[in-house]
Amino acid sequence: MLPFLGENFGNAGSVHTPGQRALAAVAAARDCVAALIGAEPNEIVFTSGGTEADNLAIFGTVAASTKPRQHVITTAIEHHAILHSCEELLRQGVDVTIVPVRTGQDSQGIVDPEEIRRAIRPETVLVSVMHANNELGTIQPIEEIARVAAQAGVSFHCDAVQSAGKVPLDVKKLGVDLLSISAHKFCGPKGVGALYVRAGRQIVPRAWGGHAERDRRAGTENVPGIVGIGKAAELARKLLAEDSARIRSLRDRLESSLLDRISHVQVNGDRSRRVPNTSNLSFPGAGGEALLIALDLQGLACSTGAACSSGSTEPSHVLLAAGLPHDDARSSLRFSLGRPTTEADIDRAVEIIPAVVQRIRALSPREQEATAATHAR
Amino acid sequence: MSGNPMSTIDQLESASSATAATAPTVAVAMSGGVDSSTVAAILRERGQSIVGLTMQLWNQRRLPELQGDGPRQHRCCSLDDVYDARRVADHLNIPFYVINFERVFEQTVVRPFVDDYLAGRTPIPCTRCNNDVKFEQLLVTARQIGASKIATGHYARVRFNGETNRYELLRAVDDSKDQTYFLFGLTQDQLARAEFPLGEMTKQEVRAIARRLAVPVAEKPESQEICFVPSGSYVRFIESYVQEQGTASDANARKLGEPGDMVTTFGEILGRHNGLHNYTVGQRSGLGVAVGRPIYVVALDRETNRLIVGHDSELRGSVCEVRNINWISFEPPATPVGARVRIRNRHEPAEAEITPLGDTTARVAFRQPQRAITPGQAAVFYSGEQVLGGGWIV
Repeated sequence: MLPFLGENFGNAGSVHTPGQRALAAVAAARDCVAALIGAEPNEIVFTSGGTEADNLAIFGTVAASTKPRQHVITTAIEHHAILHSCEELLRQGVDVTIVPVRTGQDSQGIVDPEEIRRAIRPETVLVSVMHANNELGTIQPIEEIARVAAQAGVSFHCDAVQSAGKVPLDVKKLGVDLLSISAHKFCGPKGVGALYVRAGRQIVPRAWGGHAERDRRAGTENVPGIVGIGKAAELARKLLAEDSARIRSLRDRLESSLLDRISHVQVNGDRSRRVPNTSNLSFPGAGGEALLIALDLQGLACSTGAACSSGSTEPSHVLLAAGLPHDDARSSLRFSLGRPTTEADIDRAVEIIPAVVQRIRALSPREQEATAATHAR
Repeated sequence: MSGNPMSTIDQLESASSATAATAPTVAVAMSGGVDSSTVAAILRERGQSIVGLTMQLWNQRRLPELQGDGPRQHRCCSLDDVYDARRVADHLNIPFYVINFERVFEQTVVRPFVDDYLAGRTPIPCTRCNNDVKFEQLLVTARQIGASKIATGHYARVRFNGETNRYELLRAVDDSKDQTYFLFGLTQDQLARAEFPLGEMTKQEVRAIARRLAVPVAEKPESQEICFVPSGSYVRFIESYVQEQGTASDANARKLGEPGDMVTTFGEILGRHNGLHNYTVGQRSGLGVAVGRPIYVVALDRETNRLIVGHDSELRGSVCEVRNINWISFEPPATPVGARVRIRNRHEPAEAEITPLGDTTARVAFRQPQRAITPGQAAVFYSGEQVLGGGWIV
């Protein structure tokens, strides 16, 4: 990326030689991103990230529809980039159906394709279901849902921000029409992402201007960012198998060690159908906010809910949709592992977390009340 | 969870002096204002291991009709204040977190504030916030994340008395800034874990320290208003809030803004009022009647929805009952206690005898009649610089 902030400063839209050098770099990056998801290079639209890709897919598809009324289907566990876009659609007079997810022990946090089928109406123009959930890591039955959408002749968008680079992705095999990815989720830079648009699918741009990205997203290309996502995609593709096996074993060790050492821990989301790097755990009696801060002070960075909703009072909409009671949702933490995570990191996490959870539980007024109530009974 | 496993606190401690490294961590409640920012700077300079916490108490996007046109300056929990607090923490190179207490703040401060006004009382939300949010919820969180004490920008002092084995609350050295009136509810446990570094300083000294340590908000103006009430109009806040939420009881909702009679203490009807929540005992302006001499609010009668008005002399009273008393310097006394009693912020404490009626209730008899003894306000008992305790005027 660095040369494109310095000596190769050219604008990829320019005719001159430095511009052509930038254009070539963008093209090479497009090849790498396309290869990561099994697409053709000309099906890739670079964006400022996953959120813009999601917005472009949703509003772009609705705007391109010729139906007199439009209806969009999505699920209760989507990222806010989808859900808040759908709220805006409602304000614009477009109908939206939010399909629930399964809440039972097995298949917790998984969408039932039959629910999607039932929601489809003649005016439905788009179904949008994420590939892997960002909080639970649960992987959705995208191929089945894509078949349901295709049978009804409805466009299908998949937010694959959380799974790209973590599990193999093939847009042809999945059968999706549109698919969003974001670079920083696979070790690339923040502020760059891409939308796959299947050849022949019409979307109306959200930003108007020049002819960049084949008239699907106007604006001067973010050349350093695009070079970054290209390199990240290339590395992710090469290292995917090795990374995911290693990260999965680290994640599983983290989970089993914590389950051994801390009472009343629960794993949220179907454990057998998850991306390998995510672990969502509830520590009832230990409020998520205090837990998050206490662990951060010890050098262990994790999340409650999604980074994009930090500071909100409400427990995660994803965990509530997956059937968690409010208190369990409030005491949940998401651990994300990645390529740089080491055995030593896991050892340290396993050493730190039980003591912190114990301290927070001991000092929690609610926990003291609960204990007292138990004794009283 | 990769990279250097050394914690921020570890780094701070290794950067500090050897003695401070063994001292337990203190959480600083940072509002983004100059006082609490300076507290953080002072403790940091002393080499104390600290963590900055900002409470997100109120969502300013709520009740948008209250926002007005003017610039929203220096209001609690505005994005600007959180930004300021973060900027100060960054300047001091200390760990910093924003904690969301909107729910508990609404339950324990905002709703009771509204309900008090609707019940004809004049509440003090800051005291509730100190008792139930800052030195309760925030202290719990501070301890959960490994801090042993909490430091705030209050102008007050805490001292341990070895003879009585109790923590004592003392007035600030700068009497013009003293905030003990709002802190009388702190329990022994809370006082034991409170640090008020500014209690020993004048405001001028605080500003000077802020400038010397280049605290980014050193020149920021002071906020005087109730943090969640924009532009000082508590009446409009109550009306908007009730409209959004409804009130604790339907009776209150029915009475909000319901006009009623304005009568003298002799029962003579002088006119109409436009809802009792618009008035506070002792208030002069806004009565809307001209009778040739100053007329004041003497009482709010919720039962009959009447506003009782009268002359200044009728505002004066010598006795009031106080409940939910928190005794600080000693256990609840069995016999009368002489003290100087403050009945509102900035009121000059007046000599009185406090006769206990129970562990947490008492009758306060002033030597001289006091103007506008107002239900809902606090009566705080002073002996010299010491706060003996205090409670709520019935």
